[in-house]
Amino acid sequence: MLDQSDSYVTEDGRTIGPVVMEMKNITLRFGGVVAIKDISFDIREGEIRAIIGPNGAGKSSMLNVISGFYVPQDGEVLFHGKKRPPMRPYEVARQGIARTFQNIALFDGMSVLDNVMTGRLNYMKTNLFQQALWKGWAEKEETENREVVEKIIDFLEIQAIRKTPVARLPYGLKKRVELARALAAEPKLLLLDEPMAGMNVEEKEDMSRFILDVNDEFGTTIALIEHDMGVVMDLSDRVVVMDYGKKIGDGTPEEVRNNQDVIDAYLGVSHD
Amino acid sequence: MFYREAGDFKLSYVEDSQTFPIRFDRYRYFAVLAVAYGVIPFFVNDYWANAILLPFLIYAIAAIGLNILVGYCGQVSLGTGGFMAVGAYACYKLMTAFPDVSMFIHVLLAGGITALICVLFGLPSLRIKGFYLAVATLAAQFFLVWLFNRVPWFYNYSASGQINAPEREVFGIIVTGPNAPAWATYMFCLIFVTFCAVVARNLTRGTQGRTWMAIRDMDIAAEIIGVSPLKAKMTAFAVSGFFVGISGALFFSVYLGAVEVGEAFGINKSFLVLFMVIIGGLGSIFGSFAGAAFLVLLPVVLKVVGVDMLGWPTDIVAHFQLVIVGALIVTFLILEPHGLAQLWRVAKEKLRLWPFPH
Repeated sequence: MLDQSDSYVTEDGRTIGPVVMEMKNITLRFGGVVAIKDISFDIREGEIRAIIGPNGAGKSSMLNVISGFYVPQDGEVLFHGKKRPPMRPYEVARQGIARTFQNIALFDGMSVLDNVMTGRLNYMKTNLFQQALWKGWAEKEETENREVVEKIIDFLEIQAIRKTPVARLPYGLKKRVELARALAAEPKLLLLDEPMAGMNVEEKEDMSRFILDVNDEFGTTIALIEHDMGVVMDLSDRVVVMDYGKKIGDGTPEEVRNNQDVIDAYLGVSHD
Repeated sequence: MFYREAGDFKLSYVEDSQTFPIRFDRYRYFAVLAVAYGVIPFFVNDYWANAILLPFLIYAIAAIGLNILVGYCGQVSLGTGGFMAVGAYACYKLMTAFPDVSMFIHVLLAGGITALICVLFGLPSLRIKGFYLAVATLAAQFFLVWLFNRVPWFYNYSASGQINAPEREVFGIIVTGPNAPAWATYMFCLIFVTFCAVVARNLTRGTQGRTWMAIRDMDIAAEIIGVSPLKAKMTAFAVSGFFVGISGALFFSVYLGAVEVGEAFGINKSFLVLFMVIIGGLGSIFGSFAGAAFLVLLPVVLKVVGVDMLGWPTDIVAHFQLVIVGALIVTFLILEPHGLAQLWRVAKEKLRLWPFPH
């Protein structure tokens, strides 16, 4: 059994570091509905961690707890070993956690470039007066951040559409732009809520490649929710399985695949 | 054909993010500036200044201010008239209290004071959105007008309850009061318009503009990428209030000279500026100018056509104006919610190819 601060090397040669984020006995209730029931798991530095489960299992709620939308009634969130007090989503973002949404949440009135540039907001330090002046500080800052953003645009191969209004893009590209916006924040932990929902096979392959590349090149820790089991089993280092707000499995894809509870949850079980 | 981007290569990010990326636009902009600063002041007379140029310039500032709030940040406001009144009364109190200080300082300070008041009345926007926010700002409108009517300190205990702009100078040139020459009032307003438009453009093309638009387009996603909704909305209210306050100060001191608050800054003023923003184009600085020009020129054109050319009675023409404005607003909301600015944008796209079909 690995210790919290241990690191190890995977079969494909990536180094997985110590635990960066730990969820301890999280319980989340909405009135009488228990969305998450006493769940604990951890996310290690540099790994791709998948959260799976049938519809309504509480996966998205879990992501919302991590990103600060929901404050759990019980339990603790530990980030880099320190207990995180309840905080607003924008404060969580400033700690280096970025995410994408299940149903795309881009800024429709802005171009792709502007959308990705918003991802850099936490790096913008000029004040209102410097920006009103533009020449000097604001222009310099804009150019520096633009360079970072252009690298991400190159990386995700969306150069051709950088000046296009987001509302005009097809679904698959919107998903990619949303990933670009999250990456522009250079997050330590990237949360992806169903990055491949509604995509065809080629788009899924593209997206899988991007996720692996992000993890590989930037060393970003990724937690993702996904329904496509093939994708999950191929991409992730470790998988958490949830069902009806409870954790029913946690481990490597092989361990999870052979877990009887998981098989029951997915395939159903006869009650005779 | 006339309007081409081909051959206009951008070699740096600075060039790419400039205000007018297309060369033709840039030249046109400098030409307009040259005419506005170098030609018009020598030909302007009292009629042109008072009927067209001053109201256009002053409303353009108000429209830019409201556009930042409504068009860029998505916070509906019906309090523009009230906030203009704050600018006017702040300017009046400063003018009478410090007669020797330059009018530039007074107008800018009036803008600053309005910004603070605007932030105060913008606080409900943290909790409420859309129609409900509009009603909250409507309360600001009525409260402010009531306040300036009822508290004599604001109008220096004058018997009429009005405020009158005393004669004040900028660098030895009279810009307020009945003796101010037309070119001086025009230049005074033009300098403020240029200043406001440049500041608004700089703010909206950079980080602050993206923050506002993020809040407008999807506030939840904005918060998740690190936008503090409190800060974003309050800066929008402050910047908007600053511009609206400047326009209110100019409207009172330079344009009207004497103001009765309910008449000059009533709810009608709020709607007028909102219509300018809607007809001109939400989320566009150019649209603010287009909307202001349109609604200032419309009564003048109707009067020239209806009364002078067709010989209709004046009151019929005045009623026609209301009908036409109403019809136009409905038409714009249905056919082109992005206003004149969008029509202009489409025309430019067409001109790029004209006369070839592809």
